Amino acid sequence: MDLFEYQGKQYFARFGIPTSPGAVADSVEEAVAKAEELGYPVVVKAQVKVGGRGKAGGVKLAANAEEARQHAQAILGMDIKGHVVHRLWIERASDIAKEYYASFTLDRSAKLHLCMVSAKGGVDIEEVAATDPGAIARRHVDPVDGFPLEAAREVVAAAGLDEAAREPAAALLVQLWDCYDQGDCDLAEINPLILTTDGRVHALDAKVSLDDNAAFRHPEWAEFAGTETEDPREKLAKEKGLQYVGLDGEVGIIANGAGLAMSTCDVVEQVGGKPANFLDIGGGANAAQMANALEVINADPKVRAIFINIFGGITRGEEVANGIVEALGRVEIASPIVVRLDGTNAEEGRRILAQVPPDRLESRPTMIEAARRAAELARQRA
Amino acid sequence: MSIFVNAETTVVIQGISPTSQGLYHGLRNRAYGTKVVAGTNPKRGGETIEGIPVFASVAEAVKATGATASFISVPPPAAPAAILEAAEAGVPFIVCITEGIPAHDEARVYNRLRREFPGTRLLGPNCPGIISAGQCNIGITSGDIALPGGPVGLVSRSGTVFYQAMYELTQKGIGQTTGVGIGGDPVPGTSFIDVLQAFEADPETKAILMIGEIGGSAEEEAAAFIKEHVSKPVVAYIAGVTAPPGRKMGHAGAIVSGSKGTAKAKMEALAAAGVLVAQNPTEAGEKMAEVVRHLG
Ligand SMILES: Nc1ncnc2c1ncn2[C@@H]1O[C@H](COP(=O)(O)OP(=O)(O)O)[C@@H](O)[C@H]1O
Ligand SMILES: [Mg+2]
Repeated sequence: MDLFEYQGKQYFARFGIPTSPGAVADSVEEAVAKAEELGYPVVVKAQVKVGGRGKAGGVKLAANAEEARQHAQAILGMDIKGHVVHRLWIERASDIAKEYYASFTLDRSAKLHLCMVSAKGGVDIEEVAATDPGAIARRHVDPVDGFPLEAAREVVAAAGLDEAAREPAAALLVQLWDCYDQGDCDLAEINPLILTTDGRVHALDAKVSLDDNAAFRHPEWAEFAGTETEDPREKLAKEKGLQYVGLDGEVGIIANGAGLAMSTCDVVEQVGGKPANFLDIGGGANAAQMANALEVINADPKVRAIFINIFGGITRGEEVANGIVEALGRVEIASPIVVRLDGTNAEEGRRILAQVPPDRLESRPTMIEAARRAAELARQRA
Repeated sequence: MSIFVNAETTVVIQGISPTSQGLYHGLRNRAYGTKVVAGTNPKRGGETIEGIPVFASVAEAVKATGATASFISVPPPAAPAAILEAAEAGVPFIVCITEGIPAHDEARVYNRLRREFPGTRLLGPNCPGIISAGQCNIGITSGDIALPGGPVGLVSRSGTVFYQAMYELTQKGIGQTTGVGIGGDPVPGTSFIDVLQAFEADPETKAILMIGEIGGSAEEEAAAFIKEHVSKPVVAYIAGVTAPPGRKMGHAGAIVSGSKGTAKAKMEALAAAGVLVAQNPTEAGEKMAEVVRHLG
């Protein structure tokens, strides 16, 4: 789960990482009121889960109420890389002497965590990474050893941070490690990490991504849930506990397993169809899940045909088939369905599916043939 | 022959009870012919469940039965400790199919194994397991889709595409030595390279089918390894060719960032290493059939 900047900063605060005082606002009036409370100058910041807000005009300095109003008006509703701004974060402006970069993430190749620090932080960090990789100090962190202050001191020195910033930056880096490690983050990034003109170091931005698998030990994450602004199809799927990604084609796809679901999308494209979605119903593929999945697909008005691609492993073919039949009884499906059922007890499953009228459901023996038929039906019904 | 597990492998099921996942899968594995010799459960030491003697700890189970592999399907909060318990008991091969272990736990466990238990290999977590066709099946693969006799070694990051690929081979009458599902999690205990190396060393394995997916750089690293160290023909398929960039497709591992990690980048890297790259699992089976025909 990705956090908005303001949520990331709330999370940072739990680990003692200094940030600027601020408040959220969902309307222009609220933004001005919060700015007045905070005292000028303030910065009006778009809350979207994507980087590069500054360059897109989503971060603006306001010296008074009039400017705060103008910026709030301009930024609310703004589209930043496909993300529409519904919420603002208003925070006190800092007097910036230097902008640095600091982050922790997992280096999957090394199977170790990776700490990165640079003296050249700010909005151009990606360019720095591409053109001057030496300007980013990197240090692997073995989770068995952790990240002691000594390691932090070495990294900030290697990154060439200004003398005055080094001690406070090292201390902050240890806090950021604690946030990343104890806080179960996939990513904890501060860009910019600033040195103020009066010699303090603090986080001016927060990019935090939480590991959903660790939610069981973080009841406090509940406060971050439900703030996603997402595709309504994805929202419905999430409510039903399905792995769903909306795409923009006409062939609705249901498969068991993420890999097979991706593979199904691939094959549909290869035979000239366009997948409407990626949907993984998981290993079980029982009637309830199948009904949920069909309901989600059915809610997508673009869908013209549905391709159910199931490889029975633990789940046996007849269970899957019964699930489909039962689901068809529960949900009124607008599009014809093509099923490809393989694996354990597939034949028995196909026999069960043969009872469904062919204008509602057809079986095909292989993935490719089923994909072809589904793409064809989608074209015919376009 | 086979890699990692064979007819002699003896398995202890960690966390066994009459209603556990471990028992359910363990019995299926036993029905396939796998030597399931023990179970563990701290509260049920001394019991026998479905003919499987239960011990309070892995150490006791190993002492009594000499188990050479362990099978873990306990829930995510308990899985890291279960893996370490097996390693501490000296089990050389651990299969963990548990899905949903936090990435930080995986990284911690992986690095403890690397440092303290170099003799232990972990397969998974979040994987379908391993099957040496006709000999030993540990995990959730349904045994009837495997065809014994080789000559193909199969390795996959994705679960269901692993079954799909094995099934494609079996339907064409192409046997397998061992099928290894390494899992799609961020820190897998066993990587493509480990498996490729083992297949390269296994005389019965004459060709390798590799199934990757988008996200991370494991396939690119495998490509570099194949170029240098693998003399046997390799066919590969990468799931997610049409996945939009920057979207998570359900797997913790399947995250595309920029051009790195895309199916295209992976397919290019593999092709450049001399691998025959297929566009879908069916084509992968066809390409492998071609390869096998020319093995002589
Ligand atoms: N509170 C603040 N005070 C002064 N300048 C700020 C403040 N917040 C952001 N900025 C400036 O705006 C730039 C972009 O803001 P940031 O939060 O990093 O958004 P993004 O990374 O999405 O562009 C920062 O690099 C910094 O120069
Ligand atoms: Mg920033």
